[in-house]
Amino acid sequence: MLQDGSKSIFAPWSDPAATPLIRFQSVSKKFGHFTAVNDLNLDIYEREFFALLGPSGCGKTTLMRMLAGFEATSEGTILLDGQNIAPVPPNKRAVNMMFQSYALFPHLSVADNIAFGLKRSPMAKSDIQDRVEEMLKLVRLEQFARRKPHQISGGQRQRVALARSLAKAPRLLLLDEPLGALDKKLRQDTQFELMDIQERTGTTFVIVTHDQEEAMTVASRVAVMDQGELVQVDTPDRIYETPNSVYVADFIGEINLIEGNISPIEADRYALDWAEGQPPIIGTSQEMLREGTRCHFAIRPEKLAISAEPPTDRANCVTGTILDIAYLGNMSTYIVELSNGQTLKAQVANNRRIARRTFTWNDQVSLSWTDTAGVILTR
Amino acid sequence: MNRRFSLFNATSLTLGFAFLYLPMVILIIFSFNASKLVAVWGGFSTRWYGELIQNEAFLDAAWVTLRVALLSSTFAAVLGTMAAYVMVRGGRFFGRTLFSGMIYAPLVMPEVITGLSLLLLFIAIGLDRGIMTIVLAHTTFSMCYVSVVVSSRLVTFDRSLEEAALDLGCTPFDAFRSVTLPNIAPAVISGWLLAFTLSLDDLVIASFTAGPSSTTLPIKIFSSVRLGVSPEINALSTLMIGVVTIGVVVASLVSKRAIARQQKDEQEARRT
Ligand SMILES: Nc1ncnc2c1ncn2[C@@H]1O[C@H](COP(=O)(O)OP(=O)(O)O)[C@@H](O)[C@H]1O
Ligand SMILES: [Mg+2]
Repeated sequence: MLQDGSKSIFAPWSDPAATPLIRFQSVSKKFGHFTAVNDLNLDIYEREFFALLGPSGCGKTTLMRMLAGFEATSEGTILLDGQNIAPVPPNKRAVNMMFQSYALFPHLSVADNIAFGLKRSPMAKSDIQDRVEEMLKLVRLEQFARRKPHQISGGQRQRVALARSLAKAPRLLLLDEPLGALDKKLRQDTQFELMDIQERTGTTFVIVTHDQEEAMTVASRVAVMDQGELVQVDTPDRIYETPNSVYVADFIGEINLIEGNISPIEADRYALDWAEGQPPIIGTSQEMLREGTRCHFAIRPEKLAISAEPPTDRANCVTGTILDIAYLGNMSTYIVELSNGQTLKAQVANNRRIARRTFTWNDQVSLSWTDTAGVILTR
Repeated sequence: MNRRFSLFNATSLTLGFAFLYLPMVILIIFSFNASKLVAVWGGFSTRWYGELIQNEAFLDAAWVTLRVALLSSTFAAVLGTMAAYVMVRGGRFFGRTLFSGMIYAPLVMPEVITGLSLLLLFIAIGLDRGIMTIVLAHTTFSMCYVSVVVSSRLVTFDRSLEEAALDLGCTPFDAFRSVTLPNIAPAVISGWLLAFTLSLDDLVIASFTAGPSSTTLPIKIFSSVRLGVSPEINALSTLMIGVVTIGVVVASLVSKRAIARQQKDEQEARRT
């Protein structure tokens, strides 16, 4: 999305001169003896669409609430524009939040909900009117201005909540699982709508989600969290292609994991011994790995080529029999059992009609991949 | 089918209601008695209501009662709401359990004790007994009723609405005034009505805290009855029953309907 050829690439995180909009410095949050966020360091840049991704209870909401000002940090500081925000109460922060439950005021109309924050800002009365109309137009709810929140649909309510939190043109907008309650179709439409709005308003968005597809779709960068810690922060493609740990690899999409012992071959090339009677897997790693290190080799199913005869031009090749075939419409997943009992998934695009499919159950096939198709993970 | 309204149920219902309401029904009937003799029916008449309107002493007492009830229920509504808010929203603070227990204590405290202790307090601080002392006393015992009603509404009130208000630039007080209060208003109103009716019919606490110039209606009735029951008293009591009934019915209707409606709205707002 962002690596669009016509535009210059948006990547302030790789520019050492760029100053972040938000900086978490060794931030921890404890509830009693329970640590919800643990020693977290993170920079988020202006105009980013930043996604926090992780399983339920990993501390995503807590992180947002610290940004919004509803929770104080137990340790560490959060800087907004270089200023420590700890002493600033929520009503004085240039941060707005879209709540998971939308939190629309039931006694106010849609228009009054949107105007609520503006009325508490120095904005002139006549300008407020204009701004509300602009917001209603942005979320396409002009006809519903006079309705009460309970008189509109769930999707519309969600757009009111978005308009309300955008109305004050905050430096930073926090969205806590904003689309959690929507069905799949509406959800996808809204994701594109969100990206569109984010681009038009130039606001920095931080979105919380536990849906990895959503994070990959909307975000400029994704932070994967686990038990109050950041496991990896990177662009969606790098998170997908080069996960830094088994946790991230497993969390995002489907992956084949093979465990074994490392032995260096040359420079960045390594061999992974993983089973008796199987050839070692050849892969690459930028890390210096010592002989005998226990590692996982991770490779996406679509990176495995499936063929009847072993190809000669690929670094890795294993053979097995097809155990199962899952037809997913646009693609099929083949589950192949190797002679040592390990199963691997290979995904193939269905660009031919199903009747012309080459392989079927119990066929002997070869799975092959190049030495750079997968990653070697040490944790 | 028959099960639902058996003979047994019918009997117990009749007995129960008779037990509760027969005395009042008799009182109401005899307030329309033409005869001056309390126990003899002399035909229908509204004569005693007419005489009641002429009776200065009763009218004065009624006026005192009304002012006391209006003032004390208003104070109780404000204080009770504040207490409820602190207990439900205040988070954990030192002595919270003790505090909430103490707020509800007057609910079970014998009125004689409440009255007596207030009397001692007023004497100790040298406050002359009059309307103001009754107002203070009534506020004291009725604010706990308000706080019970309001806190039961507050616990079901979505906290994130208040956070959203803060997030949009409200000070905590502004958030309470413009978001919380409009949404808990039905509970506050029904608490106010409850306090109002409690104040109207209180005899015991008022007797302890009233001064010579500030006789409330219940005190007036009680003292005249000691000189013998007059049909005029019956008429007055009937009017009071009417006012209290209306107050209680309106209070429960307001709270039931409005709370049910708002909870439905909130649920719908949460669902999609
Ligand atoms: N106010 C609180 N008191 C105690 N524990 C809390 C509180 N808020 C959150 N937690 C705990 O912190 C952890 C992280 O919660 P949260 O940030 O809401 O997770 P997520 O949004 O990622 O699902 C959870 O285990 C939760 O139980
Ligand atoms: Mg959450």
